[in-house]
Amino acid sequence: MKNLSVLYCGILAVLIAPWCGLILASNVQYGGLQPGATEDGDPVYPKPASGIAEQGRQVYIEMGCVYCHTQQPRPASAEVMLVQTVKTKEGPKIEPVFLSPDIARAWAKRGAVARDYIYQSRPLLGFMRIGPDLADVGAHPIAAADSDWLYLHLYDPQIKSPGSVMPPFRFLFTLQKIGDQPTPAALKLPDSEPLRAPAGYEIVPTGRAKALVAYLRSLNMDYELPEVAYP
Amino acid sequence: MCPCESLVKEVDPRTDSTQSEPVLLGQIDASLRGPVALFFWKALGWLLVGTVLALISAIKLANPEFLAGHEFLTYGRVFAAAMDSLIYGWGCQAAFAVALWLMARLCRTQVKHLGVLYVAWAFWNLAVFWGVVDIFLAGPTSMPGLDLPPQAAPLMGFSYVMIAMWAVLCFHYRAPGPVYVSQWFLLAALLLFPWIGFTAEWAIFFAPARGVVQSLVNVWYVNSLLWLWFAPVALAVIYYLLPKILGRPIFGYYLSVMVFWTLIAFGGWAGPHYLVYGPVPAWVQSVGIVGNVMLVVPVLVASLNLLITAARNPQDVWQSPVLRFAVFGALALAFAGFIGAWASSRDIGLVVNLTQFTLGHALNLFYAFFSMAMFAAMYYIIPRVLGREWPSAILIKTHFWSSALGSAALVFALYFFGWRQGMAMDNPEVDFISIVKAGGFLNEVRITAVALIAIGQLVLMVNFGWMAAGAVCECGCSCLARLGLFPAGGKAR
Repeated sequence: MKNLSVLYCGILAVLIAPWCGLILASNVQYGGLQPGATEDGDPVYPKPASGIAEQGRQVYIEMGCVYCHTQQPRPASAEVMLVQTVKTKEGPKIEPVFLSPDIARAWAKRGAVARDYIYQSRPLLGFMRIGPDLADVGAHPIAAADSDWLYLHLYDPQIKSPGSVMPPFRFLFTLQKIGDQPTPAALKLPDSEPLRAPAGYEIVPTGRAKALVAYLRSLNMDYELPEVAYP
Repeated sequence: MCPCESLVKEVDPRTDSTQSEPVLLGQIDASLRGPVALFFWKALGWLLVGTVLALISAIKLANPEFLAGHEFLTYGRVFAAAMDSLIYGWGCQAAFAVALWLMARLCRTQVKHLGVLYVAWAFWNLAVFWGVVDIFLAGPTSMPGLDLPPQAAPLMGFSYVMIAMWAVLCFHYRAPGPVYVSQWFLLAALLLFPWIGFTAEWAIFFAPARGVVQSLVNVWYVNSLLWLWFAPVALAVIYYLLPKILGRPIFGYYLSVMVFWTLIAFGGWAGPHYLVYGPVPAWVQSVGIVGNVMLVVPVLVASLNLLITAARNPQDVWQSPVLRFAVFGALALAFAGFIGAWASSRDIGLVVNLTQFTLGHALNLFYAFFSMAMFAAMYYIIPRVLGREWPSAILIKTHFWSSALGSAALVFALYFFGWRQGMAMDNPEVDFISIVKAGGFLNEVRITAVALIAIGQLVLMVNFGWMAAGAVCECGCSCLARLGLFPAGGKAR
């Protein structure tokens, strides 16, 4: 170990090589992506989020939601083989089926690609799924059908999904006296909920809760892009 | 004399080489007494804070109503604060102490102007404290590993330069003779860490790249932090301590050069394996997989180097508290290397990515390997800089067993938890609540393991505090005696 110039040059090379090879090359390849359409004349996607959804993204960031929820549904190529019993004329038969688990779970209709994130000032891909993936939660059948679902779930996750380990975000709601008329946005808590408002009071979402729900509703990948179609 | 010349003269850490070796080493140890003891002490404090926060977040995963209802104690914030206290409070400060002492020792140099180190120590801790408080009050940045507010980064960068420059200066002015591999590892780590930190902060917060390029920078940073900052420092320690205490050279020492080059060559490329099947092009994922698999080479060779050396004197290793920690670290490194390479293939990655397995692997490297190596260093270095023996052997044993059992249980629990979670997640017929519950009793194992680790750290702090209190007392008494306020010759030896 006498030739120390080799050491210095080696360290310098290690400084530069992965940075150029991974980060710089990525930035050149897909750091400047623009919205795209599947065919000429079609609307281009993705669309930028609305102002309130952007505020909600900030709430999502500040609450550290990313430590339990990913926003990166896996593509159709990430399929796994499952054994399924299929009824045939000769009787039940066991057959392998190939499924992409994220798509089968209705977390998304397709896998995510780099272009989906171009308008996100801070992409929140996440690294652990303690809760479900949220990249397409705005288009999820449950959340879309029931407008109160997300509010109730944030107030007490046990209401809509008993057994969940999601923390309650009760501090995003306030207790207030009912005025002349009940506030339309007040939570309609079930009788089983232990933390209900006392008589004459109601629990209403704060501005931050509304922004967060608006953000979650804005999360959807309900479109195709030039590089990825629904499977 | 021009100002440059006088500055160079001021910082020149060379020692009087006419002195005998033991006197010289004693002087070097004494010259670093304050900074090394302070860095280690504060590092341990942060380790305890981080572990307690990790314990709270683990309990929250079992019982979401635990400490619920307060915004600052919501799971996302506690978890982020735990991670960053461990990385910047514990990991970096322990690495600073080790790098300063080991570099000065191996280069036979003395750090001058300790005031600069004290200021840097204070500012680094201030920045981490401010950052962690900010995570609680204002929320994390949601970039894993970079959750401290970006405004804290310049202060940390400034402190880092003030600390690391002394180690680099020591290397520059080292005594003539061959350079040992630990010096290579330390020098590379010290030069690489500011680069990965600066570029990550820059490309994510100060001049944000567009879309997922930021996420790519994030995984590159986390991976580089583990393999190019923490791993080289830990390897430098183990490569130093093993032959030093056993009194015989490393088995196949020449192979350590290969460990060095392959580690730093592949370490920076392995990051994107976290994004396999994620929204980045396939080539990026493939590069990550290849990098991660290639890391088996340094891991395998280093563990062969170290474990064969240790296996030749199993009795000595078992009896030395320092070597127990060091060899445990080497074993954990070997395990993490193989598990990491196995799990980075696309098929296995589909199961284990995005589960607790990822966290298990990071903790396998950070806790079971790096932290155990740092404990080994503390048990070796602190008595030398303070000039005292560890007060209690039982406390050392307690610390070893609680750390070893705790970290092994934690890492295995997270690996198995992640595997079961991943298998359940890949079967769409399993509903999501069952996936959440897939861990079963492993969650309790995890909580117990983290609690055990926290107890071990408390024990180490007691032992260290006991010893430091003795040293401070002795120093104070001798000062009083010198002033004639205390009878000399009594306790104030």
